[in-house]
Amino acid sequence: MQIPHEVTARPDTGLYNAKLGIWLFLASEVMLFGGLFSAYIFLRMGAEDGYWPHGLLNVPVGAGNTAILIASSVTVVLAWASLKMRKFSQYKLWMGISILCGALFLIVKLAYEWPQKFEHFGAFIKKDAIEHYEKYLGNHHLKEKGLPPRVEISGHLHEVEIAADPAEKEKLEVFLKQHDLEAKPDEHDAKLQIVCSEKKDKDGKREGIRPGVAEDLEKVPGVKLIAFELGLDPINAAPDNPESDKPHFLYKGPTETPGKIERKDVEFYSSFAPKHSSYFAVYFTITGLHGLHVLAGVLIMLYFWLPIEGGANMFKRNPEHLANRVEVVGLFWHFVDLVWIFVFPIFYLL
Amino acid sequence: MSTAALTHAPDDNAHDDHHHDPGFWQKWVFSTDHKMIGIQYGTTGLAFLMFGFMLMMVMRWQLAHPGEAVPYIGGLLQAIFGSSAFQPDAKGIPGVLTADGYNSFGAMHGTIMVFFGIVPVAFAAFGNFVVPLQIGAIDMTFPRINMASFWCFFISCIFMCVSFFVPGGAAKSGWTSYPPLSGIADSGALNHFFMNGQTLWVTGMVFNITASLLGSVNFIATIIQLRAPGMTWMRLPFFVWAQFVTAFLLLLAFPPLEAAGVMQLMDRAFGTSFFMPTGLIVNGAATHWSGGGSPILWQHLFWFLAHPEVYVLILPGIGMVAEIIACNTRKPLYGYKAMVGAIFVLGFLSFIVWAHHMYMTGMGAKVSGFFQVTTVMISVPSVILVTALMLSLWGGSIRFTMPMLFATAFLPMFGIGGLTGIPLAFNAVDLYLHDTYYVIGHFHYVVAPGTIFAIFAGVYHWYPKATGRMLNEFLGRLHFWGSLIFINGIFFPMFLQGMAGVHRRWFDGGVTYEQIIKPVIHWNNFMSVSAFLLGAAQIPFIINFCWSIWNGRKASDNPWDATTVEWDTPTPPPHGNFTKEITVHRGPYEYSVPGADKDFTPQTEAPKSDKAHLAAPLVAAPAH
Ligand code: HEM
Ligand SMILES: [Cu+2]
Repeated sequence: MQIPHEVTARPDTGLYNAKLGIWLFLASEVMLFGGLFSAYIFLRMGAEDGYWPHGLLNVPVGAGNTAILIASSVTVVLAWASLKMRKFSQYKLWMGISILCGALFLIVKLAYEWPQKFEHFGAFIKKDAIEHYEKYLGNHHLKEKGLPPRVEISGHLHEVEIAADPAEKEKLEVFLKQHDLEAKPDEHDAKLQIVCSEKKDKDGKREGIRPGVAEDLEKVPGVKLIAFELGLDPINAAPDNPESDKPHFLYKGPTETPGKIERKDVEFYSSFAPKHSSYFAVYFTITGLHGLHVLAGVLIMLYFWLPIEGGANMFKRNPEHLANRVEVVGLFWHFVDLVWIFVFPIFYLL
Repeated sequence: MSTAALTHAPDDNAHDDHHHDPGFWQKWVFSTDHKMIGIQYGTTGLAFLMFGFMLMMVMRWQLAHPGEAVPYIGGLLQAIFGSSAFQPDAKGIPGVLTADGYNSFGAMHGTIMVFFGIVPVAFAAFGNFVVPLQIGAIDMTFPRINMASFWCFFISCIFMCVSFFVPGGAAKSGWTSYPPLSGIADSGALNHFFMNGQTLWVTGMVFNITASLLGSVNFIATIIQLRAPGMTWMRLPFFVWAQFVTAFLLLLAFPPLEAAGVMQLMDRAFGTSFFMPTGLIVNGAATHWSGGGSPILWQHLFWFLAHPEVYVLILPGIGMVAEIIACNTRKPLYGYKAMVGAIFVLGFLSFIVWAHHMYMTGMGAKVSGFFQVTTVMISVPSVILVTALMLSLWGGSIRFTMPMLFATAFLPMFGIGGLTGIPLAFNAVDLYLHDTYYVIGHFHYVVAPGTIFAIFAGVYHWYPKATGRMLNEFLGRLHFWGSLIFINGIFFPMFLQGMAGVHRRWFDGGVTYEQIIKPVIHWNNFMSVSAFLLGAAQIPFIINFCWSIWNGRKASDNPWDATTVEWDTPTPPPHGNFTKEITVHRGPYEYSVPGADKDFTPQTEAPKSDKAHLAAPLVAAPAH
């Protein structure tokens, strides 16, 4: 049983089945990402002053990834064109490049962009304590310039100071051991005052303590967080510097300028994980879903590239069918590319 | 390994025209044949309709007898659903539905009926089985994607069923799953981060939506690409049009809910605050969400789907009723073209009315005004459809066959449902009626004696084609009259209760607010009795459905003397559907054409002038 119009177009519609299918699928994809982008708009418009961060992403890296995707969109068209001209080795070359580009994009995301966020610490300051942290926030300066205030202090978390109930000491010790934490007890205090940080690595570079570990530490029975000590982000290190009024174009990581925040003044703290704020929630959801699409595209292209039945081997039996398949995955790939063209400005630039 | 694989030489060409004899698994379970997938969707969907109905019967018991244990099966229910849903009464008799249990059953009733009952049956089952046959196609365009759609749906069914048995029970935030309630529900320290009712609900929905998307791509592509030669657009049976528009609604309206589902999953599993507002306090304690989210955002995304969804629920029904009316009045549909136009307008407008479900959120007069206007506008095409169907009855020589009985009853019932929607369209009226039983009455009239009657009509109509047997007429009539009477017994009093102010989510039938609703509370008993009797009226149907598969009267290929192409196949149709080349020569409803030899002319019959050339097939044709 052969379904009609699998390879050749139906004369009155001018389309073969899969091409129509992919266009319909992409229409629904537009609505899917449309839903997510409208969530972005909704949340951003509803965000209180200071709650929508800027300049936290690395623009050159993002721009590089954009270029990679655009290039791969071109090469996938060249791959299709080579098939149409029945030039098999050219096809293999262009398709191979497209696959590599897609993979490179994913590697940049997975190995650099996302993990970095989970190392970064941010704390939203309670409304009544904002004034107290003026030296990190620089709100007077901002007010003079008519800019929205800052409510968050961020950077690398170096140490946390805790008070532990001596009766529950064992649980704490187990936790410290599990997480490879170094504890410096403060003997002078009646209560058990401890400063924790993760051990130094081989080169003696200070690793600090990951924000997620600090959250877990707070859940250990008998433990109370007193304060965070961090290496401040450039904005908080020099809040009055006019250079910090606008987000930096070139991303600058946290400095060694120390800052200290009392736990009682903090409304909410976490790493730059999805739960940190609406911004990171949409950021991770959209880029995550987009990443899944990239992954799917890479796998499908790989399938058409490998010398297997249904893949590149099809060239001998039915080159037109293979060309159709590549055209369809190409359309999908253009869409994935297009989504990124929206993602890049709204998260990296605006 | 199946025998089929063994009997084939390994170098067998995959593209030969031999008829493979598929093994058991391929034929009955992992089938890519659109008819089998239709039947799978249909039986699963009908089973879920029954399950959802049973949940509702337990709730109805509670509404009429708050605080009393469910008789006879209370102990069993408590054993199955556990102590979060059922508790013993004061005397220690097990089986009193708890408030949590009521919420859970209510939410799951709505979810199951809509997404696991009606859509799978009316859209997926009938669409899969009938549409390719009606357009003269050998299968769907993408048979394997079709199979994937069913199995995706099946996975979602498993999620929903399992969710009843996790600690805390199934989802309890309504079928609309409004946050922040749905964010807080089952998210305590004692709940598993994934195996809890609400999270399983969202996950199940994401699979369900994916299944619908795969299905709708397939339906649209099939209707566009695989129409038989001569099957021009205006020769499509109305049912195909209805499915075509429905598929577009699913294709474009479901993804935003899928996005919303993913966001709710993020909120629940990763602690984000898409829908959790700042400063949320639960039971006097601050919550762990960072805040900044918007519960209203969920409502927008949800209703952006769920309003089109109500047309997904009704359009296939209208399509089936149209087929059945044309066939049983022996008369073309009145205003076929206007109906096709109306259904497109309806499809388009259904995307811009969603916020009429949200008047209570305080969107402001301008926005409310906009949605009020579009909502009133959308009733115009709805009225065109119903009027055209009513007028189709006019002057017909009506045969009151089983399908026709249900189809005729559909018209006034759907009419009541539609008309009661119009007051709701008006902001000022809706502020009063919102979340009362009036709304419940409104939409149940459209979906229960509306769509479900259309589904019954469709089952009676196409059952002979699918099984080769007729359903029993006597049992059918018993089923019909029982259903018609008792279904009104349930839903009509809802309007009275709703206008008196009975809220839709009171779990005790309103005892707490008895002072306010005294004049109407007594209806609870009447409605619940009607519900149980309606349940009883389904027994003849269930018996009929199962018994007739083997014992029903044998059906001919075209038992209803119908014109459309699905009756031009052997009964039941083989894999590949047709035993001859299909060419379509005429419109779908050539009934009682003056001058024709019979009172129906099949779409595949060549015009008279050509008869001479085609003598051979025509001589053979009257054989059936
Ligand atoms: C004929 C035109 C119709 C109009 C003007 C209309 C209007 C409305 C309005 C304004 C509401 C919101 C009421 C409220 O929540 O306060 C509503 C609810 C509803 N309608 Fe309709 N409707 C129409 C037809 C239909 C049809 C054909 C269906 C389904 C097959 C349907 C199903 C529903 C459902 C399921 C709800 C309630 C959802 C919920 O809150 O749980 N309606 N209708
Ligand atoms: Cu609506």
